[in-house]
Amino acid sequence: MDITLPILILAIPISMFLILGIGGVKMSRKTAGVLGILGMGTTLTLAYTVAFTYFFSGDPAFIVDGVRQQLQVFDVTWLAFTDTLVVHLGFLLDPISAMMLVVITTISFMVHLYSWGYMEHEPGFQRYYSFLSLFSFSMLGLVVATNIFQMYIFWELVGVSSYLLIGFFYKLPSAVSASKKAFIVTRFADLGFLIGILLLSFYTDTFNFMELTHNPEGVLASTGGATFMGASVLTWALVLIYVGGMGKSAMMPLHIWLPDAMEGPTPVSALIHAATMVVAGVYLVARMFPVYLMEETALLFITCVGAITAFYAAVVACCQIDIKRILAFSTISQIAFMMVALGVTRPGLHDGMGYMSSMFHLFTHAMFKALLFLGAGALIHAVHSNNYTEMGGLRKYMPITHWTFLIGCLAIAGIWPFAGFFSKDEMLTAMFANNWIWGAWMTMVAGLTAFYMFRMYFMVFWWEENPHYKEHKPHDAPWQMSVPLIFLAAVSCVSGFIPFGELVTWNRLPYHIHIDPQVATTSLIIAAFGIGLAAWLFMKRNHKPAAMKNAMPGLWKAANRRFYWDEFYMFVTHKIIFNIFCRSIAWFDRHVIDATMDGFAKVTQKTSVAVKGMQSGSIQAYVVWYFLGAVAVAAITWICLL
Amino acid sequence: MDLGILWYLVPSVLMFACGVYGFVTRKNLIAILISLELMLNAADLNFVAFNRYIFPGQMEGMIFTLFAIAIAAAETAIAIAIIINVYRAIGNTDINEIKKLKF
Repeated sequence: MDITLPILILAIPISMFLILGIGGVKMSRKTAGVLGILGMGTTLTLAYTVAFTYFFSGDPAFIVDGVRQQLQVFDVTWLAFTDTLVVHLGFLLDPISAMMLVVITTISFMVHLYSWGYMEHEPGFQRYYSFLSLFSFSMLGLVVATNIFQMYIFWELVGVSSYLLIGFFYKLPSAVSASKKAFIVTRFADLGFLIGILLLSFYTDTFNFMELTHNPEGVLASTGGATFMGASVLTWALVLIYVGGMGKSAMMPLHIWLPDAMEGPTPVSALIHAATMVVAGVYLVARMFPVYLMEETALLFITCVGAITAFYAAVVACCQIDIKRILAFSTISQIAFMMVALGVTRPGLHDGMGYMSSMFHLFTHAMFKALLFLGAGALIHAVHSNNYTEMGGLRKYMPITHWTFLIGCLAIAGIWPFAGFFSKDEMLTAMFANNWIWGAWMTMVAGLTAFYMFRMYFMVFWWEENPHYKEHKPHDAPWQMSVPLIFLAAVSCVSGFIPFGELVTWNRLPYHIHIDPQVATTSLIIAAFGIGLAAWLFMKRNHKPAAMKNAMPGLWKAANRRFYWDEFYMFVTHKIIFNIFCRSIAWFDRHVIDATMDGFAKVTQKTSVAVKGMQSGSIQAYVVWYFLGAVAVAAITWICLL
Repeated sequence: MDLGILWYLVPSVLMFACGVYGFVTRKNLIAILISLELMLNAADLNFVAFNRYIFPGQMEGMIFTLFAIAIAAAETAIAIAIIINVYRAIGNTDINEIKKLKF
């Protein structure tokens, strides 16, 4: 493949970042917005061209005997530390990276367009667009990485751009602390990632994904059966790499940053904290999947973490009031769903369908979750509050938002024929194939998903009208915001029918999707039950929800406070780490290290005070001292020579 | 070696000792300058004497002395200029009056 398009896909967003970042202050809002949208639009066109050429051209460079090829469009040496330790930067084209190119550019373009309306009156509009471009560049660089080190570099870059965008309203203390929290938590997780990379590359002598994944047996053999604390070194490396993914993808116990990240502008939440950056962990596992298959312990770890996180986040989402927080926990839960689907994948079970379904869900989830977030943005734009208690009965005032939001909710709940039904059904089938426990557990989570999404839907659009509407009548958003909503809603309606199995599978062979009627019926019934329960409780104003809340105040409060994870972290960091470790270290620093340095300074000072009288200003005194000194030197020399 | 060189070295030492003594005890800047010249000339005398008695065939000591005399003249000119300026500034040339360059 010609390298012009791949290079431009990366070059346009980064140059947009530089142009808007450096020249933004001189530009009007309109120029900056149009430039950003045009830049992203061009990138979108190029990425679609590349992805569609890859998938549908049938070129023997891309597909040989039905097997889709992995190819490095370019791979240049970036840093050569030694002969063997060399870091490359390149562009890897294979089914999952081509799919991610489509997802990222689509969502990013929609968000660029939407932000033009949403951020219209915010100060720092140009800065916002330059950060969006930086993020798009970093995320595109991450998915096309040819080696794990390049991925790590871009992994950190998306972390930085996420930090910058969460803290966009830098005058709000809550936004500042949320951005710090996100950065520190993910950075902490990336420590595990880095150790994992070093461990893996130490044994295999390579960072390159193709070398690793085309010969996983060789990777296993290269560790030579070394073990550490009862687990093999390869398991350790893979689990540590996955810890990096846990940080970015907000798996328990590193999920605490994602709900707070909702302090950022809503379109940013849609782009980064719902559709693209947070699925980087899933993408990482998918990218290294053949290696993970060598160590089923690591896959079991992924499955367990995912299953627990999915259930936890779903329960918490049932008891939140802030609509963006509900969506944030829903994101955590859905990503955990993908993780479980990856974790249960075995080549022998339905030809590794879990992998395909996980990527399928990544794709559909990106579309409908971005839709839901952008819808939430439109609601917040109209009502000027994040809490559903300030909303209610909005369906008459905001018809476009209402219908698109409903489509998003139906898609995430997994109702036929919306996108979520297909991907979720495939995932559940894969889980049941592995072990019925995973299947049953995740079906329950799917039911909870339907319940909390429709709880929010009914509380926002039905329930009871807020009396404030008479003074300040809410209305649908401007066209820049409505167009992305309608587009994403349309995608959420039809993307389930994409023959995803033909395009993306773990071994890159086509897989023909067929719906398992038993699993599909069960999940549909469960979802319908969740929706029905939500409708019964929240459609009209009544006392049932309050009565339920009062019946179990402890549980409600615990779930509302997210089961006290933040308090637990506060306790560990402030009471234990700060109080015990940091204080003793500070004491040592102050009383030993500083005191030594202070001692040197004091001795010097005392000495100079004592001898400063010698500098009297009297030349004759100096001459006397000089003369005596010269005599002394002469005398000593003479004695020595004798 | 005969005692001839002592006839030069002893006066040189005496001159130098007088110079040091004068430099340390005199209060007048002009007197200090004269003491300085005395020390310089004692050194020049040594150069000439050593050249004459130890390396009789060579001329380095002599030429060096000529140089030293020329430089001493220049240095004296500068010193005199400084002394004149000090006199203009404070009205006398007492060394005890110019002790400001200290801690």
